[in-house]
Amino acid sequence: MAAVAPPTDGARRSVTLRIRRSNPAAGQGPSYSEFTVGAEPWTTVLDAILEAKRGHDHSVGVRYSCRQATCGSCGMMVNGRPRLACFTKLSELGDGAVTVEPMQNFPVVRDLVVGFDRLFRSHHSIRPYIVSGEADIAPGTRETPQSPEEVERYIQFAGCIKCGLCNSACPTMATDTQFIGPQSLAQAYRYVADTRDRGKDERLRIIDDSHGIWRCHYAGSCSKVCPKGVDPAMGIQLLKGHMLGFR
Amino acid sequence: MAREEDNRGGIRDMASPRRYGIERVAYWMMRLSGLGLLAYFVGHIYETSSILRGRAGWDELLAMTQTTEGHALLAVVIGMCVFHTANGIRLMLVQGGIWSGRPGRADYPYTPRSQNARNKIAIYSSIVLAAVAMVYGLTVMFGE
Amino acid sequence: MRESLIIRIHYATALAAVALVAVHVLIRVTQGFAESLEYESVVANYRFLPYAGLLEIILILLSVHGFNGLRVILLELRQGRRYERAVTLACVAAAVAVIAYGSRTIILMNMGAV
Ligand code: SF4
Repeated sequence: MAAVAPPTDGARRSVTLRIRRSNPAAGQGPSYSEFTVGAEPWTTVLDAILEAKRGHDHSVGVRYSCRQATCGSCGMMVNGRPRLACFTKLSELGDGAVTVEPMQNFPVVRDLVVGFDRLFRSHHSIRPYIVSGEADIAPGTRETPQSPEEVERYIQFAGCIKCGLCNSACPTMATDTQFIGPQSLAQAYRYVADTRDRGKDERLRIIDDSHGIWRCHYAGSCSKVCPKGVDPAMGIQLLKGHMLGFR
Repeated sequence: MAREEDNRGGIRDMASPRRYGIERVAYWMMRLSGLGLLAYFVGHIYETSSILRGRAGWDELLAMTQTTEGHALLAVVIGMCVFHTANGIRLMLVQGGIWSGRPGRADYPYTPRSQNARNKIAIYSSIVLAAVAMVYGLTVMFGE
Repeated sequence: MRESLIIRIHYATALAAVALVAVHVLIRVTQGFAESLEYESVVANYRFLPYAGLLEIILILLSVHGFNGLRVILLELRQGRRYERAVTLACVAAAVAVIAYGSRTIILMNMGAV
């Protein structure tokens, strides 16, 4: 059997990784730790952080799980922009040092780990499920058919992994502690656009609040950083169209 | 340590036009021009009331505004007004769900359809229109 | 008042103001910018009822639109029930004050006070 050729040495390089460290509960303010890690063309930021943990300092706090942009756990600021660490290769970031910081607009738990309570609360508030009197399975219950066109109306919004990158990039989230946020608003649209759902009126009432949908001014930053192509800004504008009676 | 726990971007991040492309720049310019126009509007209401003091009051005001600085300020106001109007109409169309793109299956590399060429062209056109209006305003004001 | 109604008012005042301000500016430019600002010309403008009416409507539209815009920005900067109430009241009061002050000029000039 032919052996798989190892990567050429020329492709491997060293990268300086700067990690913002803090432990608010212990009163430890922010500082930066620097590590030199090896990088192949396919090395991700998460790989680099894990190498720093393994080889230099095991106390670095980071949350991750699937390593394939599916669980939404490893969102962080990478060189000043919210990204998934597992979905960002070091080779995309140029030659300089790579700085990783906890995701902005989320409270820091420790180092790169942030709290998601607010996001989950907002998400829950818009009733993120199909509201329908026919949902209970009883004798004679049948599936609700949808045409491909009807599915297309919401399917891209159903791809949300709740990583929070959109909330981190949003300028309103930067100052408004009560804003519902692009993630939850896009999910509100996902259910409003679903032909099986009957909860539209209630959802629209929930988001028509002084810190609801109208605090979005279409800066579009949420869609720029979304790693799953959800395009929350589009969902929010379509939802506004519903509320203004244009759609 | 409240700020550290909080970790919000704050006013500095909200007011920063960098990092997220032309749409974020347009958001920032819209806010800035709105605030500038409101300040001008209040000032304009106040300054025009000087006509109630008769010819002397009005001529005094005119002497103050018809200076190089006065004209430059008015040119900036014209620019802000044109940008705020043109970009505002774009935003109304987008927020009405008309120019916001069509949903569909997301395909890698996930270019957001809401940030379509129509929107980008509208933003750049608003900026160009504002610049043209400023130049026109300056020619009218300095040409007389 | 629900936010969706406020935003409708915000958009409506914007669209109406764009049309009317365009008329206001066109009148200035077609008269010749410098001449149109001469004392006699301005007084004549104020005395002409349709033009005075136009100014009054612009005054109301822009006050409502401008101070609602300011309210939105301020509400996003800080939160809290008392702060938000104070911001809303202050913006309504400021709009009313500007409308009252501007209307005084328009009405007095139209009635020939000067
Ligand atoms: S909309 Fe995109 S960025 Fe926002 S939480 Fe969902 S997947 Fe993440």
